[in-house]
Amino acid sequence: MAKHHAFRTDIKGLISLFSQLSGQGYSQIGPLVRDGAIMLGEIQSFDDLAQGYTDEQAQGHYRIKPIPNKGLFQYAVGPQSFKQYLHPPRRKLWSTNGTNQNFTVETGDKPQKMVFWGVRSCDLEAIKILDRVFLEGAFVNKWYQQAREQLLIIAASCPLPSANCFCTSTHTGPKPESGFDLGVHEISGNNGIYYLIETGSQKGEKLIKKLQLQWASAEELESMERMIEKAASSMKKRFEPTEAAELLKKTLEHKYWDEVGNRCLSCANCTMVCPTCFCTSTEDITDITGEHSERWLRWDSCFNGDFSYIQGGKVRGSTPARYRQWMTHKLSYWYHQFGTSGCVGCGRCVTWCPVGIDITEGLEELAR
Amino acid sequence: MTPEMLEFIAGCGKNMHFKPGEFLGKKGDPADYLYVIREGNIAAQLLHPTRGSLTIRSLHGGEIAGFSWIIPPYRLQFDLCAVEHTSVIALDGNCLRKKCEEDYKLGYFLMKHSATEMIQRLVDTRIQLLDVYGARV
Amino acid sequence: MAPESDYAKVTQQTVQPDVWLPVLYTVQERKAENRGIVTLKLAPSEAEMIESIEPGQFNMLYAFGIGEIPISISSLWNSQQQLIHTIQDVGTVSKAFCNLVVGDQVGVRGAFGTSWPLEEAKNKDIVILAGGVGIVPLRPLIERILHDRNDYGKLNVLYGARSSENIIFHQDIISWQADPTLNFQITVDHAYSNWRGNVGVVTRLIGNANFDPRNTAAFICGPEIMMNYAVHACLDVDIPEDRVYLSMERNMKCATGFCGHCQFGPYFVCKDGAVFAYPQVKSYLNIAEL
Repeated sequence: MAKHHAFRTDIKGLISLFSQLSGQGYSQIGPLVRDGAIMLGEIQSFDDLAQGYTDEQAQGHYRIKPIPNKGLFQYAVGPQSFKQYLHPPRRKLWSTNGTNQNFTVETGDKPQKMVFWGVRSCDLEAIKILDRVFLEGAFVNKWYQQAREQLLIIAASCPLPSANCFCTSTHTGPKPESGFDLGVHEISGNNGIYYLIETGSQKGEKLIKKLQLQWASAEELESMERMIEKAASSMKKRFEPTEAAELLKKTLEHKYWDEVGNRCLSCANCTMVCPTCFCTSTEDITDITGEHSERWLRWDSCFNGDFSYIQGGKVRGSTPARYRQWMTHKLSYWYHQFGTSGCVGCGRCVTWCPVGIDITEGLEELAR
Repeated sequence: MTPEMLEFIAGCGKNMHFKPGEFLGKKGDPADYLYVIREGNIAAQLLHPTRGSLTIRSLHGGEIAGFSWIIPPYRLQFDLCAVEHTSVIALDGNCLRKKCEEDYKLGYFLMKHSATEMIQRLVDTRIQLLDVYGARV
Repeated sequence: MAPESDYAKVTQQTVQPDVWLPVLYTVQERKAENRGIVTLKLAPSEAEMIESIEPGQFNMLYAFGIGEIPISISSLWNSQQQLIHTIQDVGTVSKAFCNLVVGDQVGVRGAFGTSWPLEEAKNKDIVILAGGVGIVPLRPLIERILHDRNDYGKLNVLYGARSSENIIFHQDIISWQADPTLNFQITVDHAYSNWRGNVGVVTRLIGNANFDPRNTAAFICGPEIMMNYAVHACLDVDIPEDRVYLSMERNMKCATGFCGHCQFGPYFVCKDGAVFAYPQVKSYLNIAEL
């Protein structure tokens, strides 16, 4: 549903917002160009943000290219999601010193105060899903909680979804609806690019007040709606998440698993790029004296061999079983565990699969 | 089971009692009896040259011991040894076999009963062979 | 004024304790149960101790510099302050635990998981089926029932082991065998000539148990294959399936539902289990590599 008001600014308003946040001690994280992709990283100056690029995505395919439009958000999503800042790929849980007879335990590092720039609606919904995983169950992930409490989110709507995007199916985009402090819409008008900014929280309101911006006109608000409708209608992949959840419950022994398992390399790429995959493993690292040891948490994947190890062997030894676990967990069991689908339609698993396996095509095969 | 069948089977049977350590029969003996255990504990055993008598299977009240009477060559495959005081109804194998050849209904009934028990023991043996409690190497 | 964003409710919560941090305990007693199986009695090293633990639940035990493993509570005879854990040497971490001596320190996180539903078993006959080291998580259940003996009906404990050499908890077995309120039966899969007891699979012992199936609760723990057969043995004698409980094993790394390793169908075995009512897991037990 459209908000009835928003503020209007050109890029100067965003630059001013950036300066304001720098002064408040935030570590500012946003999209930038690195290694031939739109990656995420700490933005030291506003110019670091990726500008004037778009991306081209297909099954197992990703390229970025410069475009005449000097916008900040004219691409879909890169391989990284903001997950890595709230749930880092490697994190020291604690360290310990001493001997078998007597040792002490010290906690690991604490999270920084962060602001995320340009969070697309899919990734915003992914953060909400991680909230359910790490904050709303019987146990609380304290590190995540601390990172989350201090977090400021500047969301951005998606003007150009990729060919792999399907957030209209998962009902997670392309317009950020809630869960942000500020929501930015980048609009390419006849007289150049301008931005409409919505506020989503009191924190966001305070920030916007200092910028002293004008209200957007009714025409500008309409342009925004048109842009979003165009983006939404550009997405061709389609499925209904609740139907997918039911379908997967009934197809655990379908021949598709063997077929897809023959193509799947069990490389774990899909789980690494997925903004909601949260599985981890622990590592104990002991120095040569044996008196100092650290316990680290690192991302793990249900595609890894030892993931399902129990005494005597692996429960899921074969690739078809691992692929089935990933897809059924993401699209079906997730409802049982956390009340929603685990998929936000970002399309990353399709893009970054080296053999181009497409989760939406999988659903079609299973329905046959 | 019809009353006639029961009457016939009862006619082939007699009560027997065994003390602990007493054998009901030994491997290779003619399978002259089908033992229906009333109470007690019978071990089906094999004699190992160095390890002594190895129990393959324990049999308790309500179970039957020895279905060799119904399958050629009608010889016991294991030693049957009472572990505690054991009471059985011993049904005459010869008598049963002869009657079964004449009365297929009775034959089918007894064969089905034996087969059920045999399958159960086969399943149990397979689980034992899996060695489910042992660590896999 | 705009509402606080969705996660405002998060910020209003008090910051929780770090679920990853262990509490330090010291080994007070060590008892070798058998070759490769050790029982440790742990007491808090300082004032801090873990949450109280119930039969069927488990703790995450950390061996200094080696790693952490999930281990069921093995006895609750002692006070809650002391933790009794029985550990089989099957890997690097469990080996480290088996090699600990009195005075060594360990880390403990817990208590985790579901417990045997003792409340629902009240006034019912009880059939307990243990296979191999599956006896370990069942021992505190037996202890609890014996402690509140009048709250339950007939009690049957059926224990299957690989061979006589693999039987553990000898002291308990002697007292269970002597207890007239308890029908204890033991069987082994493989017998040596010195074994005068039962030989055969544990499920066959159900024939020697006394219970009224319409008013019975069954508790099963052992290797998954054994549990599958044991469940059916219970159903075959008309114990209702929703009163058959079993304890599942999967790879548990975090015990809080965060690491994903222990998933079994829609469940996290660490927090939705390890104790399940059979109807919960029925449709998943027969699917390969789930």
